Amino acid sequence: MSEYKDIWVFVEQREQKLMNVSLEILGEARRLADKKGVKACAVLVGYEVKGLAEELIKYGADVVYVIDHLLLKNYTTDAYTKVICDLANSLKPEVILYGATYVGRDLAPRIAARMRTGLTADCTALDIDENGLLLQIRPAFGGNLIATIICPERRPQMATIRPGVMKKALIDEGRRGEVIEIKPVIEEKDIRTEIISIIKEARQKVNLEEADIIVSGGRGVGGPEGFKLIEELAEVLGGVVGASRAAVEAGWISSDHQVGQTGKTVRPKLYIACGISGAIQHIAGMGGAKTIVAINKNPDAPIFKIADYGIVGDLFKVIPALIEEIKEAKKKAMA
Amino acid sequence: MDIIVCIKQVPDTSEVKIDPVTKTLIREGVPSIINPEDKNALEEAIRIKEKYGGKVTVITMGPQQAEEALREALAMGADEAYLLSDKAFAGADTCATAKTLATMIKKLEYDLVFCGRQAIDGDTAQVGPQLAEQLGIPQVTYVKEIKIEGDSLIVKRILEDGYEVIKVKMPVLLTATKELNTPRYPSIKGIFEAYREKEVKIVTASELGIDPQEVGLKGSPTRVIATTTPETERAGEIFTGNVKECVQNLVQRLVEKHLI
Amino acid sequence: MDFSFTREQEMVRKVVREFAEKEIMPRAKEIDRTGEFPWDNVKKMANADMMGIPYPKEYGGAGGDYISYIITVEEISRACAATGVILSAHTSLACFPIFQWGTKEQKEKYLVPLARGEKLGAFALTEPNAGTDAAGIQTTATLEGDHYVLNGCKIFITNGGAADVYIVFAKTDKSQGAKGISAFIVEKGFPGFSIGKIEEKMGIRGSRAAELVFEDCIVPKENLLGKEGEGFKIAMVTLDGGRIGIGAQALGIAQAALDEVTKYVKERQQFGRPIGKFQGLQWYIAEMATKVSAARHLVYYAAWRKENNLSYSMEAAMAKLFASETAMEVTTKAVQIFGGYGYTKDYPVERLMRDAKITEIYEGTSEVQKMVIASNILKM
Repeated sequence: MSEYKDIWVFVEQREQKLMNVSLEILGEARRLADKKGVKACAVLVGYEVKGLAEELIKYGADVVYVIDHLLLKNYTTDAYTKVICDLANSLKPEVILYGATYVGRDLAPRIAARMRTGLTADCTALDIDENGLLLQIRPAFGGNLIATIICPERRPQMATIRPGVMKKALIDEGRRGEVIEIKPVIEEKDIRTEIISIIKEARQKVNLEEADIIVSGGRGVGGPEGFKLIEELAEVLGGVVGASRAAVEAGWISSDHQVGQTGKTVRPKLYIACGISGAIQHIAGMGGAKTIVAINKNPDAPIFKIADYGIVGDLFKVIPALIEEIKEAKKKAMA
Repeated sequence: MDIIVCIKQVPDTSEVKIDPVTKTLIREGVPSIINPEDKNALEEAIRIKEKYGGKVTVITMGPQQAEEALREALAMGADEAYLLSDKAFAGADTCATAKTLATMIKKLEYDLVFCGRQAIDGDTAQVGPQLAEQLGIPQVTYVKEIKIEGDSLIVKRILEDGYEVIKVKMPVLLTATKELNTPRYPSIKGIFEAYREKEVKIVTASELGIDPQEVGLKGSPTRVIATTTPETERAGEIFTGNVKECVQNLVQRLVEKHLI
Repeated sequence: MDFSFTREQEMVRKVVREFAEKEIMPRAKEIDRTGEFPWDNVKKMANADMMGIPYPKEYGGAGGDYISYIITVEEISRACAATGVILSAHTSLACFPIFQWGTKEQKEKYLVPLARGEKLGAFALTEPNAGTDAAGIQTTATLEGDHYVLNGCKIFITNGGAADVYIVFAKTDKSQGAKGISAFIVEKGFPGFSIGKIEEKMGIRGSRAAELVFEDCIVPKENLLGKEGEGFKIAMVTLDGGRIGIGAQALGIAQAALDEVTKYVKERQQFGRPIGKFQGLQWYIAEMATKVSAARHLVYYAAWRKENNLSYSMEAAMAKLFASETAMEVTTKAVQIFGGYGYTKDYPVERLMRDAKITEIYEGTSEVQKMVIASNILKM
């Protein structure tokens, strides 16, 4: 087992653009590699993608393996599994990390089965224990539990990583690394699926019940104009707009936005209640939200009793400031 | 057309609660259900059977109680059911589970193998592809539409920003998403038939002819070494005063919790 | 002694509950508001083979047991009591007499489409001047060659107007009391049969309670159900079974109220804590739960006796009496616990209270049930 070394990241590119999640994982791989004193390597698969290798080095890769072939232009399970397994079998990485994307979650288990090793899905944190093993940390049972998982006896240790949770390394223009081109052994007959077409499609607007983020307005929003502000905040967060019964009955917004006893029951990850006092009918519909934020003028409003975070203040001042701050934070994260 | 559907009995996670003292799952009183996307897989298999003829076989690996899930599948319209049940299978990770299922499926005739995209208790989405590899057949995951053309399928596979259309020859393994269809309710008549006229065959490790070292906890490359509960108490931090400071504090908390 | 349901029955409950919560419950409030007949629910129940559960497959039924049918009525009623009574009246009062007394031809012609849910059934006994005193009906049937001619009218007929097939009771011999009554299978389109007033009701507003009018209505001779003069017996035995169905409906309503209360007292805060922490309310809930449980035992005991071909007339009456009074009591308490909110239409408990009341009245009032019970005990 000691022959296995280095931490690999399977790098996803779509139409010769690197996916953010791959850079995030690379940042984490860099941190783990430093902790173990090994190399962080990127495995870049595709067609005419060599030009992306330098960028990966700037984001923390010591080595970039470029597997370039016409048959690898679009992702197929068979082709990608074969070339990565071939490479891993010859170079023996200790760890391979993948993004938990529609590609990564198709590919990684196929590779794990072929290499007869373990795999942990959708990790939200990673670490190295005192024996040098990879600690793979992930939520289970609908987020009710957090499990730490190891793969003690088989190699490579493999995990898919949830997009958006790891931090990209700061870009270092001066960083040097090695780019190694790999000649894959791949033929058309190895690929048993045929991609007929790839269709881009805007995700249809998520409904309230399925939304991860909901920004809701109540009586305190004051009128239909106020809901423009709510919409703006929802947009910045990538969420959808909800409303209390009071706002719906006042005619400020249509009833399909209503959350509560007579409206919809929602369980988003983040629920921001703006100008909502927190009547029991409303709480019946949103009390299951993972994180609740309340913005209200009245410090005694019952909504603060069930909130994780609250801001006491005028929502017409708080929300614009909040929008600015979120934009700032997002800019920082992109940089 | 012979179709095999792998299902899993799961606790209804929307009703799972954590004991605040012991920090463990409270399973008591939590209903067991067929994993929702496995139901989409089963529904699609039954629809294909209804249109093209053939047989739908459901398989699950689990304790004796998982028979209930198989009976429900039979009530929905499946024809045969296998319960892979043995102490040796306990504690399996996705790799060992796929191994066990594959050993059973290799004994059966099939054109199609269906799984649900992922189970709501584990959310791994791994058993499908691992099983396909063990069976040596191609896979298409995240399926939202299926058309049959002769001995091939035309399948729509979901991507982050759209979908791809894939042609693949049978036999093939597909993982079903909830976009694929709306599962039917088992009919009442179907329930009576499932209990009175159909059979759930129970298969043990030795009947499967599988090495106990390769299944269950022993056959699992991964180990769960710790479980903890996430913060469930509401933090209840209320900011007052200067608006700018308030929003900075709030955004910082939300970023820390990966909500932004 | 064994109090447990079979695994098959447990599965029926699980499936029907999920069906009822997802398909029926979300529409209950709207159906109550508009009073529309829930055809969509009837179709969905038909698709799920719920319209002929205890009848053999050869007659279009699901080939199931009576207890599974009662479970289904309970679970559907828990979601929407109006839909529950449509199912119960159809299965217990229309399908049952054809199954029990019908000829082979009558079963094939009428029971098969009814049990499949392709047609809806109703039971017509009550008249303006014959409610509790059912033997006093005035509708007449006169044999004229190959057909009977029916004259008279029926009121408060559940599924009236919506149903395709009616079991109608009429006097073939006016000189006799109960023994002069006969039962007929009447189709919706028979000449001389029309629907009169449709009642505006306090509860179960989605179900129909209609007047049926027979003016020289022509009913073929072969549509006589059983023999001439057997009608009263057919009605009474049918109602014995119907009462288990209504008991199950009442039980469903009571359970719904208890479920609502259980949820509410954990959510509602007063004096800084959930009101469920107050002993006063805990005692209410304990009493409610105990009564609901007692009602459940009576209802399923009666169903079990029927399933096992034991006498069940008295047990059915006891089940209906106790379950309906429990439903009334529990729903009224539920409104009280909800306070001002309970009196509004934001919460379902006021609807449950209005729905509960009818279960003490139809298919024999509570007073009739006591008559049945007392006569079984005293045998005087």
